[in-house]
Amino acid sequence: MSIIEKISFDQAGLLRFITAGSVDDGKSTLIGRLLHDSKSIFEDQLTSISNTTRKRGMAGVDLSLLTDGLQAEREQGITIDVAYRYFATPKRKFIIADTPGHEQYTRNMVTGASTANLAIILIDARKGVLTQSRRHAYLASLVGIPHLVVAVNKMDLVDYSQSVFEKICQDFATFAEKLKLRNITYIPMSALNGDMVVERGDHLNWYQGSTLMNLLESVSIEDDINREDFRFPVQWVCRPQTKELHDFRGYMGRIESGSIRVGDDVTLLPSGLTSRIKEILVYEGAVDEASAPQSVTLTIDDHIDISRGDMLVKAGDSPQVIKAFDAMLCWLSEQPLDPSRKYLIKQSTRMVKAVIGRIDYRVDVNTMNHETVNTLKMNDIAHIELKVQAPLVCDDYERNRATGCFIVIDESSNNTVAAGMIAAARE
Amino acid sequence: MSSHAFTHLDALESEAIHIMREVAAECANPVLLFSGGKDSIVLLRLAEKAFRPGRFPFPLMHIDTEHNFPEVIAFRDRRVNELGERLIVRSMEDSIKKGRVMLRSENQSRNAFQSVTLLDAIAEFKFDACIGGARRDEEKARAKERIFSFRDEFGQWDPKNQRPELWDIYNTRTHPGENIRVFPISNWTELDVWEYIAREKLEVPQIYFAHTRDVIRRAAGLLPVSQLVQPQAGEKIEHITVRFRTVGDMSCTCPVESNAASIDEIIAETAMTRITERGATRMDDQTSEASMELRKKEGYF
Repeated sequence: MSIIEKISFDQAGLLRFITAGSVDDGKSTLIGRLLHDSKSIFEDQLTSISNTTRKRGMAGVDLSLLTDGLQAEREQGITIDVAYRYFATPKRKFIIADTPGHEQYTRNMVTGASTANLAIILIDARKGVLTQSRRHAYLASLVGIPHLVVAVNKMDLVDYSQSVFEKICQDFATFAEKLKLRNITYIPMSALNGDMVVERGDHLNWYQGSTLMNLLESVSIEDDINREDFRFPVQWVCRPQTKELHDFRGYMGRIESGSIRVGDDVTLLPSGLTSRIKEILVYEGAVDEASAPQSVTLTIDDHIDISRGDMLVKAGDSPQVIKAFDAMLCWLSEQPLDPSRKYLIKQSTRMVKAVIGRIDYRVDVNTMNHETVNTLKMNDIAHIELKVQAPLVCDDYERNRATGCFIVIDESSNNTVAAGMIAAARE
Repeated sequence: MSSHAFTHLDALESEAIHIMREVAAECANPVLLFSGGKDSIVLLRLAEKAFRPGRFPFPLMHIDTEHNFPEVIAFRDRRVNELGERLIVRSMEDSIKKGRVMLRSENQSRNAFQSVTLLDAIAEFKFDACIGGARRDEEKARAKERIFSFRDEFGQWDPKNQRPELWDIYNTRTHPGENIRVFPISNWTELDVWEYIAREKLEVPQIYFAHTRDVIRRAAGLLPVSQLVQPQAGEKIEHITVRFRTVGDMSCTCPVESNAASIDEIIAETAMTRITERGATRMDDQTSEASMELRKKEGYF
């Protein structure tokens, strides 16, 4: 018997977001405010950071210390890397990827943004839209973060002026249009005083929109995942070979996008063989239908050879199966790109050798200008051409984040040296 | 037809299953660390969800300090039996006998020395990946650790030299002798773990529930009286109602005062609590601001 149950993803209970901005914009204060007002800071954490604040000869409690995890960072008073923070309200659980804002910012923001549903871009109301605001917006559009919040902070320092807020919104919108950024919400706030973060406060009565917390709790993330194209990369083949399950072959993996029903016709890629879904199994039993991002086990009607690295898709809705393509690449490693070398690419469950065919241009993330370069250094973002040894089964990143992304691995150091987003297949 | 929302537990569960299958597929010789504690109990259910109707593609292993609570060890063995999976136990006593661990006193906390026994076991079985139940919300150093966390030949973690982890594509490549620690429940909080235990109706050792016990007050915490912990001058034994939030070495795992006698009561208490899990219960984490980070650099989980 199968369980007939409809799962709704509209108000899915987990939202991941990043905060982009420097300490000067009040980023730590904003995170501290969210955690504090949602009662997510523990007493022993507060005691520990107020001790540290005192040790450094400062007064009060420096909330930025909450996210300074490592001894090296505490000694130097800097933040090295992405730190993850968790809080929950009765409506949702939240994961914040807190990315520090110094010179390695591009690398850290791209890492944090890769899994985010939403980005908060902080703007100091006194300073307006700066170069770094444009950089943050560009990176958010590059990584395809589905929802953007422009938090115009420090409104208390501009007398909570509506016209100041509106000017900043207009400036940002003009720029965002060029980047094809959608779903932007503008919120005036004072993280320091708590206005429009969790509580509305008394100073921004001219603003009719929701508070930041209200937005975080209610934004629909159903369409953050591609709901149209069924993509099922096979991770693991289950063959128990016991007496009862002698001929059982279950294909285990996570549905990366779309959904599937028992009886649907499917195509196996890259081979192109076809079959039909016989069962959709979860631990609790068989189900009629399953959707991304559920992890399931599929069985099919025919006996065809399926192994890890293959992808099951719905018949008639195939992704690209390609050996050369364009991509946007973000170089993450201190070791620059060597265009003469072979690298490894991991995309969904496939690992293949690759060479960079050509660097078309590098993007200056401050001006968006295109530049000609021969190599890529850490934090560089470039449009490139890639050739792979064996075909990849993929979609353009813009259409499907899950099947359009890849990482580049240096075979000798084993390090992850770049992150890529597939832009277009080449013939 | 009924309908329900895709909850945060559904999302966390699917992520963890995906991670476990990646380990099984890409690592040559993985192992799952099972202590009988609540986090590793959750790991076992996730492994069932990831691999049934097949068997686990890895054995289970417990690094036994031999200072464990007897009821936890009994629970561990019962649970492994139910699952029909293989359990490897390597004890610190062996490391002490071989002279690999030198204790200053018999009753000293053994938590820090687990690393030695763990590294010996990794070498003995040539494990290239250890799946563990650590969570990022536990401690500051953990908050910056990757889901796939690499250790060099000496078992050391280099926090400044971690591989970037993007989307859900995990780079599992290692050099010979290197080892990966994999944390499928990195993104879970203590409350998530208890809510999942409730949802999945998982059995946990009795010491997680409120019971009366002889304790003494030492430093900022309570310590359970046992053959390892006896009152010192000026300390008196109290008989009060407590429960444990973590299970580990009896000489340094502190209970908290609590009347929570059921999973639902534990969830209510956890949702309300104002002290972090390790802050309340682990004396060894409080010796310095960076004590967890230092132990991790030396090969600790």
